[in-house]
Amino acid sequence: MQMPDPDQRVIERRAEIIKAMRTIVPGEGVIADEAMLKAFECDGLMAYRQLPLIVVLPETTAQVSQILAYCHLNDVKIVPRGAGTGLSGGALPLADAITLGLSKFNRVLDIDYPNRCAVVQPGVTNLGVTKAVEADGFYYAPDPSSQIACSIGGNIAENSGGVHCLKYGLTTNNVLGLEMVLMDGTVLRLGGKHLDPGGYDLLGVMTGSEGLLGVITEVTVRILKKPETARAVLLGFNSSEEGGDCVAAIINAGIIPGGIEMMDKPAIHATEEFVHAGYPLDVEALLIVELDGPQIEVDHLIEQVGEIAKGQGAVYSRISETEEERAVFWSGRKNAFPAVGRMSPDYLCMDGTIPRNKLALVLKRTAELSQKYGLRVANVFHAGDGNLHPLILFDANQPGELDKAEQFGGDILKLCVEVGGVLTGEHGVGVEKRDLMGEMFTEDDLKQQQRVKCAFDPTHQLNPGKVYPTLHRCAELGRMHISRGQVPFPDIPRF
Amino acid sequence: MTEILKPDNADQVLDAVKWAVSEATPLEVRSLGTKAGFGRPVQAGRVLDLSNLSGITDYDPGELVLTAGPATPMAEIERALAAANQELQFEPMDLGPLYGGSTDAPATGTIGGVIAANLSGPRRVKSGAARDHFLGFHAVSGRGEVFKSGGKVMKNVTGFDLSKLMAGSFGTLAVMTEVTVKVLPRPEKTRTVLLMGGDDEAAVAALCDALGSSHEVAGAAHLPAAVAARSGVGYVAGAGASVTAVRIEGPGPSVEHRCAALTDQFKALGAVEELHSHNSIAFWREVRDAIPFTGDRAGDQVWRISVPPTAGAEVVRRLTDGLGGDAYYDWGGGLIWFALPTREDAGATAVRAAIADCGGHATLVRASADVRQAVEVFQPQPGPLDELSRRVKDAFDPEGVLNPGRMVAGV
Ligand SMILES: Cc1cc2nc3c(=O)[nH]c(=O)nc-3n(C[C@H](O)[C@H](O)[C@H](O)COP(=O)(O)OP(=O)(O)OC[C@H]3O[C@@H](n4cnc5c(N)ncnc54)[C@H](O)[C@@H]3O)c2cc1C
Repeated sequence: MQMPDPDQRVIERRAEIIKAMRTIVPGEGVIADEAMLKAFECDGLMAYRQLPLIVVLPETTAQVSQILAYCHLNDVKIVPRGAGTGLSGGALPLADAITLGLSKFNRVLDIDYPNRCAVVQPGVTNLGVTKAVEADGFYYAPDPSSQIACSIGGNIAENSGGVHCLKYGLTTNNVLGLEMVLMDGTVLRLGGKHLDPGGYDLLGVMTGSEGLLGVITEVTVRILKKPETARAVLLGFNSSEEGGDCVAAIINAGIIPGGIEMMDKPAIHATEEFVHAGYPLDVEALLIVELDGPQIEVDHLIEQVGEIAKGQGAVYSRISETEEERAVFWSGRKNAFPAVGRMSPDYLCMDGTIPRNKLALVLKRTAELSQKYGLRVANVFHAGDGNLHPLILFDANQPGELDKAEQFGGDILKLCVEVGGVLTGEHGVGVEKRDLMGEMFTEDDLKQQQRVKCAFDPTHQLNPGKVYPTLHRCAELGRMHISRGQVPFPDIPRF
Repeated sequence: MTEILKPDNADQVLDAVKWAVSEATPLEVRSLGTKAGFGRPVQAGRVLDLSNLSGITDYDPGELVLTAGPATPMAEIERALAAANQELQFEPMDLGPLYGGSTDAPATGTIGGVIAANLSGPRRVKSGAARDHFLGFHAVSGRGEVFKSGGKVMKNVTGFDLSKLMAGSFGTLAVMTEVTVKVLPRPEKTRTVLLMGGDDEAAVAALCDALGSSHEVAGAAHLPAAVAARSGVGYVAGAGASVTAVRIEGPGPSVEHRCAALTDQFKALGAVEELHSHNSIAFWREVRDAIPFTGDRAGDQVWRISVPPTAGAEVVRRLTDGLGGDAYYDWGGGLIWFALPTREDAGATAVRAAIADCGGHATLVRASADVRQAVEVFQPQPGPLDELSRRVKDAFDPEGVLNPGRMVAGV
């Protein structure tokens, strides 16, 4: 992966930049010591490492604004960072950039039950939002498996999902407002406690922008009352095709479960060994279907789901009878990444989305690719919304294996696009999928996205080298290719 | 007569926009024109009529996505979805009745228009607006270039989410030539619990309570007595008092259970009634489409105001004290429909002053073209946000050939 050449002139000014940062953020908020910088050298995509120029950890929006204004004037780049759990290298440092960590923005500012929202700082963890309101029976719905660690700011930057997003939506559907700072230091507020602010939906485009458009300094999210109850059912099938058909049959019956997850045999075995959830080991595919709502509804629907599954050839079925048992059902799935991590020195987690009816085909071709590359793969799948996570096992200490694993991963993602899907469902493009963007988008598609970047950050100082394979200068992107008076009146029906 | 260009396909749309750029002749972009009254009048020499870009091109109910031409009539989409027992869960309002159309006709407008105006309905509080269900599109930008964003799957974070920008942009950024939306199963059963009597404050508090419960409320409205009296639903019109309504949807036994729980909760506050099937549907359609402000109120100007729900009652007090007129609430108090007798400025200054301290936005959805020309129809944005929005417009349509002035004068 080629990153932009570091700007040596900036690196030479390091001492001066540190000094300027210390006038803005006093005390320990400016990290320049190499040993301490080590802690920031990568995010969850650990195959890529780079020491940042320095790390700055501001505590107030005013400081963020001053830092960005200084960097804007002095040509210094910025890499925003939340908790560093991202899986696509979005927070990968650059040698000539300040890593701007939001970890000190860790306060819950306002809990407003009547308006069903919470205002928090971006460094609060995803689970921290729920913790702040759960004593009163509320929660924040999007629940990435990393929720103990990842920050809500990072969630917004990645538009993260979770196992409940089929029913409750992704991050983007649960954010009401933001405070953010543009690269030139301008502080903006988007949205708030009301719905659908008029004007262009900048809140919508900020969500999932991977730190390229602005630094998020405050967040207003929707909170919901916890469902009365939830129950899960484990369903085993002799083929992933049957499992996939069962998902379609449930949805076609008009049932939208709180979550539907699927695991293939290698993933079932890996997780079972790790957490002993009691998963059946002799099935090819395991579904976890969770229903939530009033007891009476859950009991009614879980029976229906059981009937549907029987009709679709389920060979194993177990319904959770207690809250503990439900948690055990989930424990395997929620720990799938570390469980697979135990089977192999390293793994890569892919994140394509496909039309659900292409599942069997994609799994078959993935198995063929696994043969071809000689690397094992385990599949976990947000089955309700078609988001597939093949985990590729490899050993980075074997020469060439990382390359091979990356090529394998690339082939899977190309396959996802080929069958009508997309490169990433929730983990983001970052550096990992940057060079695959051309598989999904034309040059013009990508240029139009980058023009939006130019509207926010015309000097390309925020998180450069991420998401877009080629950086075009904004002046070049803005140039029109149609000249005045040169296009004849179109041959179109007119009246 | 304004000349109308009527492309048959996306290639011709591209030709038309290129030509418009080349000649510096702006286009008024429209499909069926049912929302021409929404927004500022467009200052354009020619009309780009998309009505031939119509038809559902891809719909597999099991995948929960539908792809169609932008001019596909909503009536056609609703028919196709109903046949598979599905729906657009954001329940887009139909502006037809508000602009003088029949109140019981099939849906008017097109899917492209619904997205371009980011419409939604009472279920917004539970399921989101058009923006939340808009998965991807193909378009021609105001630069005369074809581009796409998003996809045909439900979960996708590949690149910036330009679909969000297109939703609610009223055709000022690009001309969509294909759109993909998320669709969902229809609820098996719908019921509405009505609470009779009570002032606005108490009603909004009750609605906030209901929305903050685990009952998955799918509609939360309050009609003050004068507005309730105008309802076509007997129970509501005959209440002789204000009516507060909460909608519950889902599988049969669950709906009964939750309605019973809400009824218990409301009993302490006043008389409680339930609306079933037909009446429930009719009632929410009235709320969704602002039917109380049609008919003999068709001459009134109408505002649609979004505020934090708990601020709703105070905002309405300020509005009606200052300007007269009538209001009712949707979205648990967070959406105010406000009708006032015609004024030259539609009361814009007073309306915006009324929401200045609580945060929110006010949109003038019905007024004569002259008034919409003179008054800011959409909530004015603070300086830096306005500047950023202008830069976003430039990123798509630097020559200003698409729907100039529709949202903001001079943009
Ligand atoms: C074990 C494990 C399980 C995971 N499970 C899931 C899952 O189920 N679903 C899912 O969607 N993801 C999952 N992830 C991925 C990851 O946790 C999410 O992408 C998360 O949202 C990242 O948050 P973070 O705070 O760690 O962000 P970081 O990794 O620090 O940053 C991510 C991106 O956001 C930007 N950013 C961070 N904060 C800000 C800010 N305040 N302003 C502007 N930009 C900012 C960064 O520049 C970067 O581009 C998982 C990761 C791990 C390690």
